Amino acid sequence: MSDVPRFWRESNHRYRLVGTKCNNCGSIFFPPRDVCPKCRRESIGKMQELELSGYGEVYSYTIVHDGLEPFKFQVPYIMAMIKTDEGPLITGQIVDADPSEVKIGSRVRVTLRRIREEGKTGIIQYGYKFVLEK
Amino acid sequence: MASIVSYGSYIPRYRIKAEEIARIWGENPDNIKNGLMVYSKSVPAPDEDVLTISTEAARYAINRWGKENRGKIGAIYVGSESHPYAVKPTASILVESLGLDYNIMAADYEFACKAGTAAMQNVIGLVDSDMIEYGMAIGADTSQGAPGDALEYSASAGGTAFIIGKKGIADINRTYSFTTDTPDFWRREGEKYPSHGGRFTGEPAYFKHVLTAAKKMMELMNTKPEDYDYAVFHQPNGKFPTRAAKMLGFKDSQIEEGLMTPYIGNTYSDSMIIGLSAILDKAEPGDRILAVAFGSGAGSDAFDITVNDSIKSFNRDLAPTVRKQLENPIWVDYANYVKFRKKIIMRGD
Repeated sequence: MSDVPRFWRESNHRYRLVGTKCNNCGSIFFPPRDVCPKCRRESIGKMQELELSGYGEVYSYTIVHDGLEPFKFQVPYIMAMIKTDEGPLITGQIVDADPSEVKIGSRVRVTLRRIREEGKTGIIQYGYKFVLEK
Repeated sequence: MASIVSYGSYIPRYRIKAEEIARIWGENPDNIKNGLMVYSKSVPAPDEDVLTISTEAARYAINRWGKENRGKIGAIYVGSESHPYAVKPTASILVESLGLDYNIMAADYEFACKAGTAAMQNVIGLVDSDMIEYGMAIGADTSQGAPGDALEYSASAGGTAFIIGKKGIADINRTYSFTTDTPDFWRREGEKYPSHGGRFTGEPAYFKHVLTAAKKMMELMNTKPEDYDYAVFHQPNGKFPTRAAKMLGFKDSQIEEGLMTPYIGNTYSDSMIIGLSAILDKAEPGDRILAVAFGSGAGSDAFDITVNDSIKSFNRDLAPTVRKQLENPIWVDYANYVKFRKKIIMRGD
């Protein structure tokens, strides 16, 4: 079954890191949430879309040597947890880097890359990845 | 007339040297380096394409302009001969990936290596006619050269984005185009690699169009080569623009700032404009630039540009310069190059 509608619905957060901010308590969420888990009903009507800056640092990472099918041209590749400057932790791939270049605490910024293709005739799915900030 | 308000260029970090390609095909690398003046070229990562490259270049341009201004962009045009889809605009994906307002004109262009400048001319027209306040024009490619073909030494990847409006940092005094039906280079529908007319790509194609457009522009503006601080020409290799400049009467010192192909290869729709971008990285108020693109098939777009005082308050440091991106490459060997460019036949292909 095609993932087209699901990816399309999520395109603004996959392309531009659009999360949400609870204007009741100030918490920022990524992926976006409709309701703040802290404020619950108090947050209804107070959740606002917020585009993250795309900057952050490596919180933790691993090197994937046995990759998923869509990533076989990129093995070994780096998967990391990124602590964004706004707070949310995001899991994403770090690209254009040798694994030896990545350290916990390395500054990164977001980039847009191909994630996978739905076969040779299907849609191309794009999404966020990260590059080391120099 | 319209003005360049901001700009940004992106070059993939992966590169391959001419020696490495020559090693595989049993050629003398010195013949390539001395003959074509191509020493290395950029290689897009396996997850990069024209959309991702355009997004990165455009984000650099937006960073230098101010993210808060994005909503003022009323048109976006993307020139490329390697759009990710045959049918499905790169431009519409960019509207989303850049966070632009949905009330926007958007389309993809194709005219071999000058589709990016065709996009610029369209935005200039819309700005000058007051149909839009600001527009974005992008030229980007992930060009293909058939294995073993001379093009393999130069066909590379990169992108440049310009935001154009009424008041900017570099005024576009005039643009002029020269177009003929000249079959020097083409790619048929569904074909992976382009074909070309060998030496036919030189005199009747590149030189005829570039020289005519440059001369006509100088005639229209009543200028001479010495009136320009910089000149930049389409650069399928290092040799052609250097020769064209000499034939027109320009000195090496006028073209060296914008001559990028020897280091990053021919980025096709980005080829001339990344040179223009490198010049803007350094330009001072009052600098005058002659910029001439060429697209096979064939045509040339010429631009006469004057950098104005606003460049002094324009923060170029909010995005990496072209030359900054030449630093710290990751060199790949030919095996990884063919893997990255998906030239290996996989099971199921």
